[in-house]
Amino acid sequence: MHKEADIRIPLILGDKTYHDITEDVCAPVEGKANKLWYMAFTFAAIVALWGVCCIIYTIGRGIGVWGLNNTVGWAWDITNFVWWVGIGHAGTLISAVLLLFRQRWRMAINRSAEAMTIFAVMMAAVFPGIHMGRIWVGYWVFPLPNAFGSLWVNFNSPLLWDVFAISTYFSVGLVFWYVGLLPDFATIRDRAVKPVYKTVYGILSFGWTGDVKAWIRFEEVSLVLAGIATPLVFSVHSIVSMDFATSVIPGWHTTIFPPYFVAGAIFSGFAMVQTLMLTLRKVVGLESYIHVKHVEYMNIIIIITGSVVGVAYITELFISWYSGVEYEGYAFMNRATGPYWWAYAIMMSCNVLSPQIFWFKSLRTNLTFTFFMSIIVNIGMWFERFVIIVTSLHRDYMPSSWEMFHPTFVDVGIYIGTIGIFFVLFLLYARTFPVLALNELKSILKIAGEAQKERNRDTNASTPSNDK
Amino acid sequence: MIYGLYDDDGTLTKAAKNFVSNGLKIKDVYAPFPIHGIEKVIGIKWTQISIAAFIYCMIGCTLATIGMRYFMIVDWPMNIGGKPNFSYIQNFPSFVPITFEFSVLCAAHGMVITYLIRNWTLPFVKARNPHPSTTDDHFCMEINPVQNKASEDEIKSMLKDSGAVEIFEK
Repeated sequence: MHKEADIRIPLILGDKTYHDITEDVCAPVEGKANKLWYMAFTFAAIVALWGVCCIIYTIGRGIGVWGLNNTVGWAWDITNFVWWVGIGHAGTLISAVLLLFRQRWRMAINRSAEAMTIFAVMMAAVFPGIHMGRIWVGYWVFPLPNAFGSLWVNFNSPLLWDVFAISTYFSVGLVFWYVGLLPDFATIRDRAVKPVYKTVYGILSFGWTGDVKAWIRFEEVSLVLAGIATPLVFSVHSIVSMDFATSVIPGWHTTIFPPYFVAGAIFSGFAMVQTLMLTLRKVVGLESYIHVKHVEYMNIIIIITGSVVGVAYITELFISWYSGVEYEGYAFMNRATGPYWWAYAIMMSCNVLSPQIFWFKSLRTNLTFTFFMSIIVNIGMWFERFVIIVTSLHRDYMPSSWEMFHPTFVDVGIYIGTIGIFFVLFLLYARTFPVLALNELKSILKIAGEAQKERNRDTNASTPSNDK
Repeated sequence: MIYGLYDDDGTLTKAAKNFVSNGLKIKDVYAPFPIHGIEKVIGIKWTQISIAAFIYCMIGCTLATIGMRYFMIVDWPMNIGGKPNFSYIQNFPSFVPITFEFSVLCAAHGMVITYLIRNWTLPFVKARNPHPSTTDDHFCMEINPVQNKASEDEIKSMLKDSGAVEIFEK
């Protein structure tokens, strides 16, 4: 058994047994939902319905119902796409990168963070899908021989790289999540009293038995998936950034984009994990498993990635002046002082200044403040994408082409609607899936459980030392 | 089969070590989470599934290379931004992202499919764990009396002495 230093704060609070962990995590699945859940679900479903109606309206009438114009041909939709993909980055980062670094605190949050990733990537995929206009020929993005001769998709284009990156990311994330879920579905199956539950979770658990060889394979598969998902996380948002960086638009054509986008994605992803986890722990009663220490660790990542993003903003500004390219210089000057200065100001204050508050330990360990900050960061990161996209496009090379972008009710409806769909999916997940990785938590109980740590400490103290 | 149910992974590991040193062969152990080191005690080899993942990765890499060379260079060369459309090597930087993504895609899915088949964990497969609590808080040791010289009664008494909370046959 691995040992953990006494000085480390326990990850599982209270005197929990293996059975207590099962009970606590299975309770929301086996019990009835409370009023709060129904209220949240109804509200999210209404918002989702509004979004679905706006999507149907867009498909029926064409994307002319959006606020796009000749100059700003890409705005609200791609902003939302990048925002959602960014949010999706924290899940795989937590489960893959933190697994490779053997960070045990990830075990309380990885399951729900991965669920968040999957739902967020689904929401992201909505936007390029409906922006195609004719969504029913969406399969043309894949390299399929078609009826007009062998004209293939363009493998030189970052947009196609994105198709491959997002589909790979989504499907690998999904299998990674599901492989981890099998043993936990088996736990619910074996406890189930109602025949429906037994059948459904029996099918979902794929007949998991938990013999030695199965666990060996489980650990190896998890490790290898983490190993290959780690570069995948970095590649996905790098490729998203190349949608912009490989073009010749001033404000987009910068080599700093890939690392800066990846840092921004992790930053916003962790903020969304905080929003969801702080709510989930309270609603589902998992305060013993997700507590202040977990929140503090995530806030430290938010400070680091927020600072990387801040340095990237300043570097961009500096290079736009230092490069001597007038167009580049103007693009950045326009961002900060042009008609969208307010968006730039929101971006700077939410992303660069506000996370620095977390240097104060009292604030980064304050759960209410963290929840508030997680919303601020997500607002800031939405504005980051809006600033990059709209301010770089709206003032074209020719002043006669200068335009402003005004979103229509359909633009706003689809965006708000995807947030509704996301929460509908997440709330359904919270009621039907084990929201914490049961098997992983049990494996650290003896090492990082509060009561177990105390018992180990007492045993060590009472054992006479052999050191002479 | 004779099964001994334990309520602690440490007790089971200690018992398993003791049994093996006394010449008893343990067929398998069922647990709610991986017990590190138990495979060495009961003589089960580590998996080679990561080698399979590497092979799937190489297959993905090869398929992506062959596909993109055929689509972009051989079948329908397109002049896009003046990028070289006559040579795969010269246009290689454009092909790196998809080669990587496709290799990862094949490695991950190939490995997971292999994992599911080798474990025989597939939809509609019936669970074979001997006791429902082995997915909750108990650990079960499986001993085949046919494989052992000791009699069934001897095995049962050994299990009982080692701290098993329940002993049953199936």
